[in-house]
Amino acid sequence: MSLLVEIQKDLGPFRLEVGFEARDGVTGVLGASGCGKSLTLKCIAGVESPDAGHIELDGRVLFDRKKRVNLPPQRRHVGYLFQNYALFPNMTVEQNIAAGVRDRAARPAAVAQMTAAFHLEECLGKYPRQLSGGQQQRVALARILASQPEALLLDEPFSALDSYLKWQVELELMERLEAFSGPVLFVTHSRDEVYRQCREVCVLSDGKSQPVQPVSALFDAPFTLSACRLSGCKNFSRARLLPDGRLEAVDWGLSLSLPAPPVAETAWVGIRAHFLRPADGPGENRLECRVVRVVEELFSTTVMLAAPGSSGELSLLRMELPKAEWAALGHPEALWVELPARDLMPLRDG
Amino acid sequence: MDWYPLFNSLRIAAVSTALIFFLGILAAYYVVRMPRLVKGVLDVVLTLPLVLPPTVVGYFLLRLLGPKRPIGLWFLETFSLRLTMVWYAAIFASAVVAFPLMYRTARGAFESFDVNLAYAARTLGRSNAWVFWRVQMPCCRQGILAGAVLSFARALGEYGATAMIAGYTPGKTATISTTVYQLWRTGDDGGAMRWVLVNLAISAVVLLAVNMLERRDRRPRRPAAER
Repeated sequence: MSLLVEIQKDLGPFRLEVGFEARDGVTGVLGASGCGKSLTLKCIAGVESPDAGHIELDGRVLFDRKKRVNLPPQRRHVGYLFQNYALFPNMTVEQNIAAGVRDRAARPAAVAQMTAAFHLEECLGKYPRQLSGGQQQRVALARILASQPEALLLDEPFSALDSYLKWQVELELMERLEAFSGPVLFVTHSRDEVYRQCREVCVLSDGKSQPVQPVSALFDAPFTLSACRLSGCKNFSRARLLPDGRLEAVDWGLSLSLPAPPVAETAWVGIRAHFLRPADGPGENRLECRVVRVVEELFSTTVMLAAPGSSGELSLLRMELPKAEWAALGHPEALWVELPARDLMPLRDG
Repeated sequence: MDWYPLFNSLRIAAVSTALIFFLGILAAYYVVRMPRLVKGVLDVVLTLPLVLPPTVVGYFLLRLLGPKRPIGLWFLETFSLRLTMVWYAAIFASAVVAFPLMYRTARGAFESFDVNLAYAARTLGRSNAWVFWRVQMPCCRQGILAGAVLSFARALGEYGATAMIAGYTPGKTATISTTVYQLWRTGDDGGAMRWVLVNLAISAVVLLAVNMLERRDRRPRRPAAER
């Protein structure tokens, strides 16, 4: 099965332009807050209407502006797990799950089945506010699965949980999702969650979607500046392509050699903080930097470095080292660092 | 002591509260969904009776319902029914004056209703009517009840518009508030005092009820894990 989404919606200063195909399994939708992630899910579920476009689930048209199709949410069979779970506060757990069962005659059996599958026996008579965050999520998921959806939309499912609960709930959800046969959209702003939960990912930046890519590609070779930023990279410089196939990092004042010549659209270059290495002297892809600040973290040391030609705080390079390695360097005021060619990421705008 | 004013006041307040209970909820439900401009205009119109002097409301009502005015005349000719200077004329007055209280509290309750609950229900296959009756109304129950009680209190205390459209006829249109004025005006200070005390007692009970409704709304429940 697959979920095909191609929609536009104009909201004054903000414009949503999303297009992707999610196949069976978990597809991440990664974006900063306010980039249109939730709005996209709402359009797919049918509680918001796009201005134009086409939404198709397994060959079934849910929305098509040109053909004037706009199925109500009731007939889309798309499950939506809300950030705050949206359990009905006036109903018990049992009534909440029953609310998800469409067929009245099948209700008792379906509730019993979900109760057993989600270990909710002890919660049945309780109200949502009497449950822990993890239990609430389980009830919400049980309620959704009771309605037999053909696709699942998960809107930041862990953002309402305390961090010590998160890990456990995440593991449990992962297990449940593996048993689900249709496409699952997993919306989040956390690159860690995407890395752990998803197979493929679509980056959403300022209302625009980027092509779906395997998760490994996002972290190893992101395509665009925004994707790279969302994947957690901290060091960026504007870049200019040189005739000899090298790349001039304008903000770092350095010409870089890459394993392969970058594409013509390359406008930026990035490198992750833990790939920067102290070097013993001048050489290829090396530059001498002034140490501006040293930040001690829990398990590592982050060193903020100013390149010779750099201007201001924005172009500082971040180097992340194991604590012992930094200590062994003897707190220098300046040092040579290497930007290894294989770790450089040429990036496009967007 | 003749208890007619108490009985009359209570029935007028009860009927007008029942009337605006439905009208207020209906108005609130639809106004919340309106585009911003329409919402702003409707909101002003529907709230106006709250800030207008009741005598102005009474004036408008007389212009509409008086025996020589279109609506009043039509009722008189068709049903031989007078719409002014009879006990039920006061219902129009107190309904109009108390309506904004019901409308505004219901609107507040609807606005604070988590719209995701409605969305969730609809994606689960539930009809809009189901969402309204089984989720939205129960969730907004306390706010709506508080609005109804407040409207009842306001309707009970209505004087200005009532005096204009129903007048004061002992045993016919007399209400508590018009009786207090009439007794004081005719020098029966003791009689006025008795009715003042009755009114005070009723209002205190009503406000107590509102407070209890609101407190029940806010009372937190401990999560199961802590028990």
